[in-house]
Amino acid sequence: MFAYVVKRLIAGFFVVILVSMSIFALFWYGPQEPARPLCNLETSQRCTPERLEVYTESMGYNNPIHSEYLKFMKGIVAGRDITIAGRTQECPAPCFGFSYATDRPVWGELKDRLPATISVAFGGAALYVILGVPIGIAAARRRGTLTDKALVSTFLVLSSVPYYLFALMLWLYVTIVWQVPGLSDTGYVPLSENPAKWAAGLLLPWLALGIFGSTQYTRFARGSMIEALSEDYIRTARAKGLPTRTVVYRHGLRAAMVPIVTIFGIDLGTLLVGTIFTERIFDIQGIGLWALLAVGDKDLPVVQATALFGAVVMIVCNLLVDLVYSALDPRVRLS
Amino acid sequence: MSDDKTPEVSDPILEAQRPQAETFAEAVAHGHTATRLDTSKRPVLEVDNLRMWFPVKASGLVRRTVGHVQAVDGISFQVPEGGALGLVGESGCGKSTTGRLITRLYKPTGGAINFEGRDIAQLSNRSLKPLRRNVQMIFQDPYTSLNPRHTVGAIVGAPLAVHNIVPKNQIKDRVKELLEVVGLNPEHYNRYPNEFSGGQRQRIGIARALTLNPKVLVADEPVSALDVSIQAQVVNLLQDLQREFNIAFLFIAHDLAVVRHFCPEVAVMYLGKIVEIADRETLYSRPHHPYTQALLSAVPDVKQAAIGGRRERIRLEGDVPSPINPPSGCRFRTRCHLAQEICAKVEPPLLQIGPRHKVACHFPAPLGQAPATPSTAGLLGVDDRGNPQPGAGPAADLGEGPGFNDRWFDVERRSMVGA
Amino acid sequence: MSHIPTPGQSTPQTESRVSTSDPFLVVDDLTVKFPTEEGQITAVSGLSYSVARGQTLGIVGESGSGKSVSSLAVLGLHDPKRSQITGSIKIGDQEIVGASESTMRALRGNKVSMIFQDALAALHPFYKVGGQLAEAYRAHHHSASKRDARRKAIEMLDRVGIPQPDKRVDDYPHQFSGGMRQRAMIAMGLINDPSLLIADEPTTALDVTVQAQILDLLQDLQAEFDSAVIIITHDLGVIAEMADEVLVMYAGRAVEHGTTKQLLTHPEMPYTWGLLSSVPDVTADTDARLIPIPGNPPSLVNPPSGCAFHPRCTHRDKVPGDLCRTEMPALLPATIGQGHLKRCHLADPVAIYQQEVLPEIAPELVEEN
Repeated sequence: MFAYVVKRLIAGFFVVILVSMSIFALFWYGPQEPARPLCNLETSQRCTPERLEVYTESMGYNNPIHSEYLKFMKGIVAGRDITIAGRTQECPAPCFGFSYATDRPVWGELKDRLPATISVAFGGAALYVILGVPIGIAAARRRGTLTDKALVSTFLVLSSVPYYLFALMLWLYVTIVWQVPGLSDTGYVPLSENPAKWAAGLLLPWLALGIFGSTQYTRFARGSMIEALSEDYIRTARAKGLPTRTVVYRHGLRAAMVPIVTIFGIDLGTLLVGTIFTERIFDIQGIGLWALLAVGDKDLPVVQATALFGAVVMIVCNLLVDLVYSALDPRVRLS
Repeated sequence: MSDDKTPEVSDPILEAQRPQAETFAEAVAHGHTATRLDTSKRPVLEVDNLRMWFPVKASGLVRRTVGHVQAVDGISFQVPEGGALGLVGESGCGKSTTGRLITRLYKPTGGAINFEGRDIAQLSNRSLKPLRRNVQMIFQDPYTSLNPRHTVGAIVGAPLAVHNIVPKNQIKDRVKELLEVVGLNPEHYNRYPNEFSGGQRQRIGIARALTLNPKVLVADEPVSALDVSIQAQVVNLLQDLQREFNIAFLFIAHDLAVVRHFCPEVAVMYLGKIVEIADRETLYSRPHHPYTQALLSAVPDVKQAAIGGRRERIRLEGDVPSPINPPSGCRFRTRCHLAQEICAKVEPPLLQIGPRHKVACHFPAPLGQAPATPSTAGLLGVDDRGNPQPGAGPAADLGEGPGFNDRWFDVERRSMVGA
Repeated sequence: MSHIPTPGQSTPQTESRVSTSDPFLVVDDLTVKFPTEEGQITAVSGLSYSVARGQTLGIVGESGSGKSVSSLAVLGLHDPKRSQITGSIKIGDQEIVGASESTMRALRGNKVSMIFQDALAALHPFYKVGGQLAEAYRAHHHSASKRDARRKAIEMLDRVGIPQPDKRVDDYPHQFSGGMRQRAMIAMGLINDPSLLIADEPTTALDVTVQAQILDLLQDLQAEFDSAVIIITHDLGVIAEMADEVLVMYAGRAVEHGTTKQLLTHPEMPYTWGLLSSVPDVTADTDARLIPIPGNPPSLVNPPSGCAFHPRCTHRDKVPGDLCRTEMPALLPATIGQGHLKRCHLADPVAIYQQEVLPEIAPELVEEN
């Protein structure tokens, strides 16, 4: 078990390295001179070839790519001083550089935005399961009945609406049209500052994510539960004279959870990497929107940092899925 | 075969093209007696000391090989042209692995597979391709071995296309011909496997195997997934095809009665080794290996029980040991009621003890007549407890190779005799 | 073990059974229907039989014969919303057709228990073997503590011959060999000392030597617990070794019913002949023919008219007129044997079997008769 985790972490580490290399190379060999975005920004769009050369030289783009890559990686581990166009700034470890847009250390901004993203992601993901799974199970147990058909078609309709439209309508009605007290002021307030405001500000984004995402979980849980309930061991459990509740939940649900856990892990990872629409619509300063804007602004250090963050999150989530999987199913031994 | 599966639905238009039996006399004519042994036929397939060891990897950070599953460990036999050799044994004995080795789905760890005199054991996939058509396989499960997204025509015709045997425009005709041969309606080449019943699917699998006119068919449990009334149809079909096309069969099954009917010669495997091989009459009525005796006594016997008699069973206790770490000496000794000291020390050779009978046991004898001392000791140059005898070595030729010799070891007189 | 049947009072309509002095399970005129989109499937119709304690009934048939469906009905395991059950099933003196779910739950795994074919699929892969046994025990011993249940589970594992039961109790099913899993399944079936045990193809997935072990075990345990046993199989060999009485089913109906000896030595229904002639035997004469039953098992949505077996029957030319196709034969007393019943129009099945069938399938037995 321990060896397995170590092995997976080592493998994950190499994936992260690979991702960092590709991103680094992408900018280096990109369609535009890599120094131009910063040069443009700092010279108010008057980046002459001479100035560009100053930036290119000072940002190291005239050096071989591998030595600059090593400098970048060393910065992450140990920190470094960054000198651009004659201005030197100290960038403590883990150093991902300074955001072109704000001139702040990227790591600092990431740290600031992480709690909001985590709050949105975990709340939304929890609702996926809390709403989706029980409804799916209820539908599975009433398979073929009118209730089942009604549930299935409702969720089918709901999931065919584009998410941004759904979230926008939700926001529009709750905050503008109905002006529901307490919910109208969305946004992120740190949990440590004011728990009530934290919850109130996030409730709407959670609901938007949760309701929409749970449609998928309903369908999934239904299918997986129907499959589990048709297994031979369910018939055995009933033949033992166990109460229906025990049969369905103890014997059926545990088996049905295995595939649900798998997509849940991936979904959670996706949410943590960023919920662009949710953050945009409900005005939350999270990682997703930040990454999107950075791409638009060609804010290379931020793009690099968010991409690496995404890779790490996905690797960890996948590992967690496998660990939960092995805890659920003793046949999957982690060794 | 329990009936909570979807019942097989008979569709009159799907019924066999061959005239179905209407009267009992016709049904009898469709039925065959057991296949006879023809010793004059030369072997088309000869397997010599074949081994397949699958590596077992360690868990942990470094996956090094820590042992081997000795799935098949030095087996030898011959299959005569147009004949049939049965391979029986229980799960994990290596019989299916043997089938896969002969069709070269696996590359053997060692030994030779001589097909018409050419060793195909170590050939590369490329040099194997022209030979593959000669050795084909019929699988156990007609539900999973046919691709549900391909029509019957595509399934049966695929080997023709792959091997460029007939021009593309003639494939359809050949497929129709084959479907008719196996008793299906040739007009159904456009249908999908799920439109057929289990027995009909097995016929499709057989048609596919016949497509390339193979000289050898490896049939791995060809009837065990079918309903009882359908099993006989398929066994009879295989007998028909064998006669019509002179195909040699390696017939792998756990059902001793079906093997007895189909195969004039039978080999019994246990933990990767052949423990006894003989012609049908000898193996079923005078088996000399305690495992063969136990296997046969375990088969429920309709006729015996019907007339009130019940044979005494030899109870085998426990389970088959792990093929990763098989017992020393004789692999069956841990469950054998005859086992003595010698069995743990010396592995019994597969010794020829009759004109067409070989057995791997230190105490070979018909049931209940086992000798008190090992018959093989003198031959192997050891004393009765398995310790090496000074000055004596094992006899040169114990006849362990494929095929049978003219001289063999008489277990009662404990000396070599000739025909 | 074999019992002497008393004469069946057979009126064609009620289709009486081989009755015994003190039957524990009495199934009378049982019909099970499943509505499906392709139409109504009549999986079992007009089935009657009984089993006494200490006695074994074998039910033989192929896919779709209704042999498993009828037994699941005895445990009330068909979903009432998706099935339609009529007739009567009495366990002890309790009528269970139409009984409430809680009544059935109290019976299941307690007075009546069932062991299934594929123990790997029938045991829950995520729970320890011992836990699954203990669960069965506690389902009917509400006051038993977890400790008691575990002790009971170990005791039962030991009883069915699992070595080191106190260790193996904590294994998962996949850590057991095939034979051991089936033993564990049997242990679970017997943990509450049932009066009726239904074994659905208990040895089909097993190797012969393991099958022999399991059959021996079942016989020993039956003697010890004095339970009534129903063994469902397609293997006449298993029937021959285990059953006192045999019921042959085809297309949801009983087509022949009698003591094992009667049925295997003097079968009177061509389907039974077909089963005997299409299965080779390890001791058979090598001149014996393997005579297949032509065609495939019938459709249950659209069963054949008249006798359901007639499209596959090779003896229907011996019945005058079109009777086999137009009229369903009743289950009537057979020519030989008390309580032996058969469903067939043939006038002289004994002569046909002795003179035509037996010489082809078992020439060595002809002289003896």
